[in-house]
Amino acid sequence: MRNQKKSSFAWRNIIESRLFFPLIALFLILLFDFIFIPGFFTIENRDGNLYGSLIDIFRNGSTVMLLAIGMTLVIATAGVDLSVGAVMAIAASMAGILMNPSALRNEVFFVTDPTYTFQPLWVVIGAALIVSLICGVWNGVLVAYMRIQPMVATLILMIAGRGIAQLITNGLRVQITYRPYAFLGQGWIILPFSLYIVAFVYAGTWLLTRKTAIGMFIESVGINFRSSFFSGIDEKKIKLLVYTFCGLCAGIAGLVASSNIRTSDANSIGLMIELDAILAVVIGGGSMAGGRFSLLASMIGALVMQAITQSMYAVGVPAFALQAIKAVVVVFVILLFSEQVRSFIRGISAQKKEV
Amino acid sequence: MSESNQNILEMEGISKAFPGVQALDSVNFTLRKGEIHCLVGENGAGKSTLIKVLTGVDRPEAGRMILDGKEIHTRSPQHAQTLGISTVYQEINLCPNLTVAENILLGREPQRFKSIDWAKMNADAVEILKRSLDVDIDVTKPLGIYTVAIQQMVAIARALDIASAKILILDEPTSSLDEHEVQQLFKVMRKLKENGVGIIFITHFIGQVYEISDKTTVLRNGKLIGTFDTASLPRFELIAKMIGRSLDDLDEMSKIKLESSKHIRTEALLKAKGLGHSGAISPFDLELHSGEVVGLAGLLGSGRTEIANLLFGIDKPDTGSITFAGDEVTDYSPLGSIKRGVGLCPEDRKAEGVVDDLTVRENIILAIQANNGWFKFLSVQEQYDIADKYIELLQIATPSPDQPVGNLSGGNQQKVILARWLATNPHLLILDEPTRGIDVGTKAEIQKLVLSLADEGKACVFISSELEEVLRTSHRIVVLREREKVAEFSGEVDENTIIHAIAGSEA
Repeated sequence: MRNQKKSSFAWRNIIESRLFFPLIALFLILLFDFIFIPGFFTIENRDGNLYGSLIDIFRNGSTVMLLAIGMTLVIATAGVDLSVGAVMAIAASMAGILMNPSALRNEVFFVTDPTYTFQPLWVVIGAALIVSLICGVWNGVLVAYMRIQPMVATLILMIAGRGIAQLITNGLRVQITYRPYAFLGQGWIILPFSLYIVAFVYAGTWLLTRKTAIGMFIESVGINFRSSFFSGIDEKKIKLLVYTFCGLCAGIAGLVASSNIRTSDANSIGLMIELDAILAVVIGGGSMAGGRFSLLASMIGALVMQAITQSMYAVGVPAFALQAIKAVVVVFVILLFSEQVRSFIRGISAQKKEV
Repeated sequence: MSESNQNILEMEGISKAFPGVQALDSVNFTLRKGEIHCLVGENGAGKSTLIKVLTGVDRPEAGRMILDGKEIHTRSPQHAQTLGISTVYQEINLCPNLTVAENILLGREPQRFKSIDWAKMNADAVEILKRSLDVDIDVTKPLGIYTVAIQQMVAIARALDIASAKILILDEPTSSLDEHEVQQLFKVMRKLKENGVGIIFITHFIGQVYEISDKTTVLRNGKLIGTFDTASLPRFELIAKMIGRSLDDLDEMSKIKLESSKHIRTEALLKAKGLGHSGAISPFDLELHSGEVVGLAGLLGSGRTEIANLLFGIDKPDTGSITFAGDEVTDYSPLGSIKRGVGLCPEDRKAEGVVDDLTVRENIILAIQANNGWFKFLSVQEQYDIADKYIELLQIATPSPDQPVGNLSGGNQQKVILARWLATNPHLLILDEPTRGIDVGTKAEIQKLVLSLADEGKACVFISSELEEVLRTSHRIVVLREREKVAEFSGEVDENTIIHAIAGSEA
């Protein structure tokens, strides 16, 4: 029976695939760039490291990609995590204050020595990730065990999170000068270092969800949590897991983002980025009602979001108009996923055949 | 000419295919004014698809439909409704979080000053329910708090209330109703028939076909077998036409049952002592033995499902205890039950059974995998092996194990859930209405399966609304009335004795 499936592999299968529409969208944006932006596809080789607009899309998109990985799993359980931006800020503040605690002492003093750090790097990163993990557990407990609706439950941390981040840094923006930390977001090993982080998290998540039963359980819980419960799946534990994991992803994204701007700025790091992450998943074909998920499709969704931003800047669209243009493109992509539009397109092509 | 004038609906040469299945193959169907026309057939025979084509849910690939002499192309159930075709579906399609009144009058709310006139709306709803169905409930409560039977009644009331209904389609409305409610429904149907409404009635209960219908159309595997005058078609012939094979199987059943009863163990596998859950079931004692089928008989809402849910750990008991294989049970949860070797096929297949976007394969391995935990993941090959084995064993009609289970017909979905539990190789299998909404042929298959499981030394609890079926499959019968265990019978029992026990009257 399974052999049949292979032999019937056809154009139709490609169109029905999860990856098809996000890839088409990405292709169209890149085509636009190819035509209107000279040198967009030029990749420079400087001392063995690759630079260029294309590479920048990946590098700047890495935070949204990291968030989209966690968000994909949360959305697959029919939930949503609005707090990822705030968790990024908390992780960044934690990392910043550990490297440069001057803010706590109310000293108007900024470390400028690129080799100085108050705590070793592994403590900095470890502490930041543990804090973001705790944030994830908080969300997970509220959603899974307290049965609070995901949007409301994560809204709490979304609002409170930035306050917590400011408490950590005593309300100050902490400069990050320590060079090894800056490598997270700005380092290059042929490709930007943040891409390796994304690849690592992606591969780990893929193994965790597809080589264990967790992926199937997540989908099962998202599709019908009652049937899942009757089948012996501990749906609460699954939900706790995905929110915790989403928090961890947000923490990693927060480290990359703060390293990139060399500041842990509780007010601007990851601001409104939760919406980009959610849109990335939605562009990747994830249903907000939960169910089947594709990490790869969400990654492409994140790249689509970043490619739009990058291209608009490159053609000289002012920053204030960017959001509006982004919205138009997003609406277009999401329409392609709507069953209404799809059956409409199918109807048109069917009519053509009849004529 | 006068003949065709009486025809309210003619469907000619209707064909419809789904991936891997020819659901309908040029089917003809004619409905007259004031006629109650039964549509019967096995699962996947195409009954539901024919209805979906008629009501515009699915588009036919070929064929035409003529309503009142005019050709129609239904675009959606709403469109069909404006044409005068109202439907009550097999699975209830109402909003459980809205009130009963809102559900009945949704989209047609009485208005005053450009806003909804709530008082009138509630009064109207009460009136509609009373007049048409003789049901008296609080219409301001959310629908979800009522039993499935009441919800079904509300769905029927909603369909009936659409004044211009020329055709009323009832897709298995009786599968969750008790005898009294069925009679209420039949009374309504007869009244509508007098008013000239054409009624298409889909049911699996052969007795109901004979009780209510004028004509019967039989479908099998998407093909029309024929349309008959019900009164002149012998029962045996009707069933033979539906399943296309002889019914000797059913006689075989009693033999199998007698044979298997020899293997019942004397020591109890499960002992429930004073087990109870307030508001659901009064404390009861129950013993289950390996190799034995225990039937739970009682009316809808008598506490059958509540017992099943307590035994499986869906609900935690307030009082009493369970001893399983000699050990006291402490972990009351589905997972705990699976670990002990207990399985439950739940009553509500759609909400508690299948996970419809997952494939047949994934649905089958779900319980085994839950038992294995997160990290002991069955390899894809093992998954296919298990799925293929049970697809063959239970003859699940699916184009491939990779088909989403939601695309399967109801009976096949039920088999998938059975497969899910059989795959865990349980010591005790609780089957809550496993044959609900399933055709005669599959019913017999499932009943035989239950007995063969007992023969293998498993304990079974069998719950069904059909007493005949409980009698046929069970070695011992527990009778429930008003959330209380009232009697227990073993050996050969007369049907009337049990009916008296259920009714609470002296024999």
